[in-house]
Amino acid sequence: MNAMFLAYAYLRYHWARSVILVIVAALILFVPMATQTLLSSSEKRLVARGEATPLLLGSRGSKLDLTMAALYFSDDRPDPVAMRDVETIWDSGLGMPIPVHTAFASSGFRIIGTSLDYFDFRDLHLAQGRDLAVLGEAVIGANVAKTLAKGLGDTLVSSPENLFDLDGVYPLEMPIVGVLEATNTPDDEAIFVDIKTAWVIQGIGHGHENVVTAADLSAGTPALANAAVVQYQRITPENIDSFHFHGSQDDFPTTAVIVVPNDRRSGTILKGRYLDAEGATQLVAPAGVIKGLVGRIFRIKALLDAVTAIIALAALAAIGLAVFLSYRLRAAEIATAIKLGARRGMVVRLLAAETMTLLVIATALAAAGGALLARNSDTWVAWLVSLGV
Amino acid sequence: MVDIDDLVFTYGSGGFQLRVPKLALARGERLAIVGPSGSGKTTLLNLIAGILTPDSGQILVDGAAVTGLGEAARRRLRASHIGFVFQDFALLDYLSARQNILYPYRITPALSLTPEVRARAQVLAAACGIGDKLDRHPAALSQGEKQRVAICRALVTQPKLILSDEATGNLDPDSKARILDLLFEQAAAAGAAVLAVTHDHELLPRFERVLDFAQYRQEAPV
Repeated sequence: MNAMFLAYAYLRYHWARSVILVIVAALILFVPMATQTLLSSSEKRLVARGEATPLLLGSRGSKLDLTMAALYFSDDRPDPVAMRDVETIWDSGLGMPIPVHTAFASSGFRIIGTSLDYFDFRDLHLAQGRDLAVLGEAVIGANVAKTLAKGLGDTLVSSPENLFDLDGVYPLEMPIVGVLEATNTPDDEAIFVDIKTAWVIQGIGHGHENVVTAADLSAGTPALANAAVVQYQRITPENIDSFHFHGSQDDFPTTAVIVVPNDRRSGTILKGRYLDAEGATQLVAPAGVIKGLVGRIFRIKALLDAVTAIIALAALAAIGLAVFLSYRLRAAEIATAIKLGARRGMVVRLLAAETMTLLVIATALAAAGGALLARNSDTWVAWLVSLGV
Repeated sequence: MVDIDDLVFTYGSGGFQLRVPKLALARGERLAIVGPSGSGKTTLLNLIAGILTPDSGQILVDGAAVTGLGEAARRRLRASHIGFVFQDFALLDYLSARQNILYPYRITPALSLTPEVRARAQVLAAACGIGDKLDRHPAALSQGEKQRVAICRALVTQPKLILSDEATGNLDPDSKARILDLLFEQAAAAGAAVLAVTHDHELLPRFERVLDFAQYRQEAPV
């Protein structure tokens, strides 16, 4: 009890030194624990998203790019596939295709052109507003709403992809008609529109003033379509009928197609149909791709663990040195205590009480940090994953 | 209070030896030990306190043969019978003056910290003129105040013997006399003898007896 009293008095009086030692010790304990928790959560999150997406159809090329673009809405740009591939899946009767068009962004968040099936497939629910109903409307993820401070009735403008692309990709103003509940998945970071809206942004579909007016017709002026014709940058009830698409929808692009087979057998049959290495498309199982990625991450984790262990050892040595120097500085105090009748064991107990007090506080601090991290790891990992893509 | 017979202590290095054929300190007596540096004055205090053990001879403190006691018994004797006052005060910077006075009770099971002890510490501090400074840390005390705290710490265990090692060495001339008088006054009130090592010859008239220690140091036989 007396040792604890003296230890507490010493630590309190030299509070700055005590705080530094506690923080350093707490960090040594916390960092490996935090790394483990975050990596474990990341693994679960990555694999869960992959396993929740049975098959993914895309152009032949990097499976990882395709998976990252379609599942995590990354900046990767796999070559698009044509909508006829979506129709092929429908026609096969083996599964449900959900197109995912991820080529554009607005205010730093990816615009996902898709069908309403996507919301059912991902089990996304509206926190406010309604589903997409009309061309040009947007439903936004929870983090988009929070970060941009946007809600129902506000608008978003798509970012022009290339200022010199005169063929299209004009900014389109999109009214927000719904805000999704948070899911701690990349869907929180997405702006969902109907895939036709994505094609409007791409310039495949557009609306503009009539090229031939009633006055032209009466005056017999020939039709003239050039840059003087005003293109609409906002879809309104008044101009929606003027929007139209040029060409066949079968040729229109989508980044990838999520394929939900009717059953295991249908999935196997579908996979077999896309095995041709010479084919323009591929059907991949995202879970396998993600597990490969996670395997790589965990090989890096082993390296990270080694680095953490080395840093922890160095920090422990530094703490040991600080404690040793502290004891050396207190040699006079120890000598006094012995002269006044203390046994050496009492001195050791006093120093041990100080060290243990520091370690207990540091452990409590690290444990509190660990508990906080464990409770919020899903949210933080989702945020970290969204930063990394 | 202290009886020394044929004491011999050889220093580990340097080839010198301390020889004290006979030395006695009566109860309540005030004895000053003077002598050049290195003559063994502080060594004698450590031998009496049982911190060092002699090669031969006998030391009795309050009738107990220190030289015949084991380590634990010597510690108990030291804690319960002897009070120390040091030149550098040896106060702990992280404890208040009150806790510095009570420090002996924190470090040895031979002493029990009771409400009576706390009250005694308060009375001692008031008698030494630091009653209103008990919650201050040493850094907030003057040199004289620090030594008063050290005197209170030496007396709070009600020892029969005070060993003072240059207790006034770090004080200004005015404070020296005041602190020594205070030490004598409080020791007398507690019935304790004072054995003081000092270099300060101006203070010697205040002692009842003065012993020159130069005669006790000699070369050790090869």
